Amino acid sequence: MKKEHIEMKLTSLKAILIAITGLCCSTMAFAGPDLGVAEQQATNWPAIIMFMIFVGFTLLITKWAAGQTQSTADFYTAGGGISGFQNGLAIAGDYMSAASFLGISALVFSSGFDGLLYSLGFMVGWPIVLFLIAERLRNLGKFNLSDVVSFRLEEKPVRTLAAFSSLVVVAFYLIAQMVGAGQLIKLLFGLNYNIAVVVVGLLMTAYVLFGGMLATTWVQIIKAVMLLSGATFMAFMVMKSVDFSFSNMFDQAIVAYGQAHSTSVTDAVKIMGPGKLTENPIDALSLGLALMFGTAGLPHILMRFFTVKDAKEARKSVVVATGFIGYFYLLTFIIGFGAILFIANNPQFLDVAKSALTGQLELTGGNNMAAIHLSEALGGDLFMGFISAVAFATILAVVAGLTLSGVSAISHDLYANVFKKGQTTPESEMKVSRYATLGLAVFAMILGILFEKQNVAFMVGLAFSVAACANFPVLVLSMFWKGLTTRGAVIGGIVGLVGAVGLIILSKAVWVDTLGISETAPNPFNGPALFAMPLSFLCCWFFSVTDKSARAEKERKAFDAQFVRSQTGIGISGASDH
Amino acid sequence: MNDSQVQRIMNNPKFQEMVRKKRRLSWTLTAIMLFVYVGFMLLVGYNKPFLASSFSGGVTTWGIPLGLGIIVLSFVLCGVYSYIANNTLDSLNEETLKEIEAIAYEEGTH
Repeated sequence: MKKEHIEMKLTSLKAILIAITGLCCSTMAFAGPDLGVAEQQATNWPAIIMFMIFVGFTLLITKWAAGQTQSTADFYTAGGGISGFQNGLAIAGDYMSAASFLGISALVFSSGFDGLLYSLGFMVGWPIVLFLIAERLRNLGKFNLSDVVSFRLEEKPVRTLAAFSSLVVVAFYLIAQMVGAGQLIKLLFGLNYNIAVVVVGLLMTAYVLFGGMLATTWVQIIKAVMLLSGATFMAFMVMKSVDFSFSNMFDQAIVAYGQAHSTSVTDAVKIMGPGKLTENPIDALSLGLALMFGTAGLPHILMRFFTVKDAKEARKSVVVATGFIGYFYLLTFIIGFGAILFIANNPQFLDVAKSALTGQLELTGGNNMAAIHLSEALGGDLFMGFISAVAFATILAVVAGLTLSGVSAISHDLYANVFKKGQTTPESEMKVSRYATLGLAVFAMILGILFEKQNVAFMVGLAFSVAACANFPVLVLSMFWKGLTTRGAVIGGIVGLVGAVGLIILSKAVWVDTLGISETAPNPFNGPALFAMPLSFLCCWFFSVTDKSARAEKERKAFDAQFVRSQTGIGISGASDH
Repeated sequence: MNDSQVQRIMNNPKFQEMVRKKRRLSWTLTAIMLFVYVGFMLLVGYNKPFLASSFSGGVTTWGIPLGLGIIVLSFVLCGVYSYIANNTLDSLNEETLKEIEAIAYEEGTH
């Protein structure tokens, strides 16, 4: 009775919000069995107290950072005063999202090897960022990637496009984080989902609005240290239980998996190889490309390279970040298998009622909770409190970084450089940044509530797809190819953006599952990257080489000066006034 | 910097040597990473039975060490890049900068 009541309230609230925002997808609020609503849990005081300590501590840091944040450079890049090692840790903190921690360990828990494929994809983009992007980006830009792509191309169209596609990526990524946060708090604190989303929104606003990049950086560093320590402990306990032998772990996990899913050992052993995620080879490749090149096009990650003083420190940041991130993904893999061992057959963590409904193994609070339940099984209430607080802190750190990069697209790109053509005072740009922060926070909260039932890992996949198809081709060509002109960059960028978003809308996950327009999707593939990214490159190339205008000639000529600077960093201090 | 300064830098032998070395390092490592990862994803797409086959007689499949190996390889390649960049390229970069800065900042004489 009670659950139904809550569901009805949620549904009607959502319907109102949908009407307000004018989205014509009201069917999604009624589609399918409601898997998004978790049963309210007994209030977990250790988790709440530890989380409060984290929040209190980070707010103190924000207060300190607010005193240091005067100029736009302080706000967007912490004045360039972060060290390479600190930045590496912060990048790791920015990148290891709740979607990776909860989502990947949950994916390993439910399908084994497939989870590893996600980790791999998230990892392999980093060498590419290091080899091709990081140092050049630092040498060319000031605040964000739009600075780099509009370096020698015409400011207005190119920067507008870069800002817009950055915002699309940020929006998808924000939705994923908000949904994750809402579900998590609902489970842990017994709070209503919507209130949880609002709490996240308010805290993130406080960090960004007052503390800018400096506060965001420290929130990310603290969170990275907490997450890595917590995950290390969990992985250690799991490995200890199997005498530090991977083959023991796999053996036992297969038996446990077979029992939990009531399948034979021959079926259970399938979790050791590629499964459902990659049934379609085209989807497998598309996902791989999106994750690999998407990393190199994520605006909130690229923005972090401007917080260090030079290219050498930028390089160091990536190496440090890659080390921590790789280590973390090895841990999530162990944690996922640990969850199979410790919780798949433990009635304490299973939602029997829901399993009866869906015919599948269901965890209390949803299947993304595998890592959280494992922490309870391994370390009791207190440790579970710690891990929950860490997961929540993780979300806060990532949304703060995302918001900051969205704000830079709005105020630095669209307002200061496109709308005001660079004729603006730092004071007015700061003022717009603050309004933009508030606007984005409200936007994120509304989307978080609207998309409650979206799969978190799927939304992150979309963000990576758009980054790979729209941002990456233009960014990489603008730095490496002399021939790129404004016309090529704009058309190629638009084709990548529209292509990626269009293919996603036409795919099964959105067309059939979310929008419910028809039974079969017009686009049979799940990932757009394999098609949209080459198409974007092709359009950039074709519309550049056929561009015979005087402007294009000038832009090609300007490449040498850009090239010298990208290699040496000469002229870096006066970067803004080119 | 004006065009003639840029051209003089572009023609500077030290600068060219640095660019050539950086380019070779970046693209070689990128090619290795792409080859390994795309190769692995092609296996995932088109040769699932191989990845699901036993690695050493037990339940551990080929997919597991290969997958974990690629995570480790990513970091190792970053380490290689950083090692070479720190030990050879940075000193070359500094020498180049000395020569180039002389060109870049001699404004007024041209």
